[in-house]
Amino acid sequence: MLCDICGKNDATVHLTEIVDNKMTKLHLCEECAKKKGAEMEEHFGLSDLLAGLVDFETKVTHKKELKKKCARCGMTYEDFRRTGRLGCGECYATFEESLVPLIKRVHGSSEHLGKVPSRVSKPVKVQASQKKIDGLEELKRRLQRAVKLEQFEDAARLRDKIRELEKKK
Amino acid sequence: MRIDDLLKHTSEWLKGTGPNSNIVISSRIRLARNLSGLPFSHWAGKKQKEESLETIKGALQTSQFLKKATSIDISSLSSIDKQFLVERHLMSREHAANPELSALLFDDKEIVSIMINEEDHIRMQVMQSGFNLTESWRITNEIDTELGARLNYAFSSKLGYLTACPTNVGTGIRASVMLHLPALVLTNQANRVLQTITKLGLTIRGFYGEGTEVQGNFFQISNQVTLGRSEEEIIDGIERVINQIVSREESARKTMFMRSKEKLIDRIWRSYGTLRSAHIISSNETIELLSVIRLGVDMDIIKDITIPVINELFILTQPAHLQKMEKKVLSPQERDLKRAEIIREKLGG
Repeated sequence: MLCDICGKNDATVHLTEIVDNKMTKLHLCEECAKKKGAEMEEHFGLSDLLAGLVDFETKVTHKKELKKKCARCGMTYEDFRRTGRLGCGECYATFEESLVPLIKRVHGSSEHLGKVPSRVSKPVKVQASQKKIDGLEELKRRLQRAVKLEQFEDAARLRDKIRELEKKK
Repeated sequence: MRIDDLLKHTSEWLKGTGPNSNIVISSRIRLARNLSGLPFSHWAGKKQKEESLETIKGALQTSQFLKKATSIDISSLSSIDKQFLVERHLMSREHAANPELSALLFDDKEIVSIMINEEDHIRMQVMQSGFNLTESWRITNEIDTELGARLNYAFSSKLGYLTACPTNVGTGIRASVMLHLPALVLTNQANRVLQTITKLGLTIRGFYGEGTEVQGNFFQISNQVTLGRSEEEIIDGIERVINQIVSREESARKTMFMRSKEKLIDRIWRSYGTLRSAHIISSNETIELLSVIRLGVDMDIIKDITIPVINELFILTQPAHLQKMEKKVLSPQERDLKRAEIIREKLGG
């Protein structure tokens, strides 16, 4: 089988593309596949999907918003829209207003309920009103919440974690 | 260990052992972590990348889990070596594409691997044979706890572990399971089953992860959501779904055997015959046929080959593996010849 693009070399790479429920197959030689591959990754990167969501979720049309810049790493909101990646941990605080709705849309939540590192040095303050919380206090807060919600399995796990941390103190 | 020595080994996750290993090939847990105070690797300058690389390497050197680990600077690798490590699932394609000031560590059983300066500063993964997510998480969690006591992770009490891409924020965990579902595909049930999965916050990918096509009835299923649930909840959720798919596949295999036994047996032995006699074979055809004979072995129809031999062939017949074995660059046509030769050798054709 010859390559669909150059028609010269044997096709060794086979791609399937699904657009609007229509399936198309492409048979390419290695050389053309590499060229196409670079294109495809740009086209179908997660970053583009994210960028799409960003625009959908928030009405960041003001130039001012796009030019907003992270004081620590210099990333602008426009950079994030383009790459789909943030520049540093601090960006989460800088772009909080636009990011949190996006995160909620992707994860259905904007509240971390998982593991907490034993060493939280300078936690990034994502909620402007939130005070600095170390790992232990955070766990205690969650324990209370778990008890309130009668999630006893979670509560037991949290209680053990708290004991463990307190022992280390 | 040198990279070339890996050729003599079969990775632990290909051993064909562990729970439900007739259907679940492997289980993998991946965690994304970053250092606080430094830009994420993709956005960092040279000096900053050097700093994250040295800091993390230093913390790993004294890790009790990685005492005997092999450490490799990606920029020192040839393009075939890089592809070779990707084919073994030790590192991502993205890591191979951005070699500057990035490193890879892995243990000699190829269970644990750690990428430094991928998109995030740290990407650690634990991969095992069979349906073993809980055990994989236990190991990952221990390594992470040890590292977390030495490094300052970028962490927010509200959003959890901060990652370059907001799709990983929170737990930073990606739990994935590689499934072999030939009976669901042959009985046209796979699409329906898999469509339901996407509604449950899980994603489906091909053998080599993001952006790869499903081939040879292999499906990699992983969680999409990383925030708002604990690690255990995420793993529990995916385990429940996988259990259901496994039982669906099992009953599809039984039904197929009852309703069209001759057709099935014919197909399995024909595939075996082709693999044992072919002199030129593409990687696509190889994967399709290996999938069929794997089903034959699982169903006790083929008795003279073992699952580890088949599993190993999936990896050995990949382009970079063929070129490493031959110790030179091969054109696609030459690879098709070499591939057929290796298969005949391993299957005694």
